[in-house]
Amino acid sequence: MSETVTLTIDGAEIQAKPGQMILVAAEEAGIYIPRLCHYKGLKPHGSCRLCTVTVNGKPMASCTQPVAPGMVVETKTEALNQFRRQILEMLFAEGNHYCMFCEKSGNCELQAQGYRYGMTAPRYPFQYPMRDIDASHPDIFLDHNRCILCARCVRTSKDLDGKNVFQFVNRGKHKRVAVDSRARLAGTNANVTDQALGACPVGALMKKRVGYAVPVGQRLYDHKPIGSEIEAKASR
Amino acid sequence: MAKPKVATASLAGCFGCHMTVLDIDDRILKLIELVDFDKSPIDDIKHFTGRCAVGLIEGGCCNEENVHTLQDFRKHCDVLISVGDCATMGGIPAMRNGIPLEECYAEAYLVGPSVHNPSGRIPNDPELPLLLDKVYPCQEVVKMDYHIPGCPPSADTIWETLVALLSNKTVDLPYELIKYD
Repeated sequence: MSETVTLTIDGAEIQAKPGQMILVAAEEAGIYIPRLCHYKGLKPHGSCRLCTVTVNGKPMASCTQPVAPGMVVETKTEALNQFRRQILEMLFAEGNHYCMFCEKSGNCELQAQGYRYGMTAPRYPFQYPMRDIDASHPDIFLDHNRCILCARCVRTSKDLDGKNVFQFVNRGKHKRVAVDSRARLAGTNANVTDQALGACPVGALMKKRVGYAVPVGQRLYDHKPIGSEIEAKASR
Repeated sequence: MAKPKVATASLAGCFGCHMTVLDIDDRILKLIELVDFDKSPIDDIKHFTGRCAVGLIEGGCCNEENVHTLQDFRKHCDVLISVGDCATMGGIPAMRNGIPLEECYAEAYLVGPSVHNPSGRIPNDPELPLLLDKVYPCQEVVKMDYHIPGCPPSADTIWETLVALLSNKTVDLPYELIKYD
């Protein structure tokens, strides 16, 4: 087996390692493919579908699809961008995403993807679900209103923290993150130093008493779109 | 040629978006050279005097009066714009949406910690607009042409949008002008 795989991404010839996922190979070549459930250090999950690209004309999740020689990948066609915007609109309409008072605002990946893909208002009717906030833990809170079910906390807790604090329960629209206890977060071994906290892309799993620490204008996505740090690699 | 007319309304909002219109600072002088204000809290005109080029809507619909006002705007405005998070997604008022109306009334008039209401009655005067079952963003009530998110949107965002529309250009806002907070 050769040491590199040659494929085409957005018209450019790219060298990738065998077995590498398209999303990672693209990233190394300075091409940003948007993602929410994908998280560095975790096994790919393939659930948010934001990273969908076309491979030889066929839509595929680039975070779970390994590279193959001669693949022709398109990552930013107008159709794909429309499709991504629809996913984002569904996520915004499905939960209760009140950016105006959310501590994560400005550093939120869901919001940043909305900015990147130019979402101004979802075309879908808002669901306004009744969801719970678990503030039982002294240092952490879990706000289900903001959760997008990316499973990053579930997987980080299990694979990186070695704890298994979070799981999914129920199915369909009733699916939610639950904690490993009949009690609430306070009854688990979750700790404020767990990597699971930093893994949450939205404001669902947050440290208490540090909200709004960074002023507006200095936050992660105030001036530059999400992914621009990856794209900057290509222009260098 | 007569100047195009702009109308504005605050429905279920806090008037913060209207305050932001004033935040365009001295550009307001340029604005009144460009347009005349029709029905709007800015000039206190209560009824439409004619067709308007642009209608700016702050807030979503929480009661029947909001719905009538919004429908009236749709009828009179060529381009109707949602301004702010309340208009585009319900905003803070929509936080009541998961709570049954009876519980909302009870909290406001009967059992809330700061309520003083010896009669124990919930106001029910025909003059008072009836609350809707929940708060609706504008696009779920009438067709909206543009949406400007933000709580409030920045003055630059509102200015750029208005100027582009009034000079017949496409509204193409830079990254920093579309924010949800």
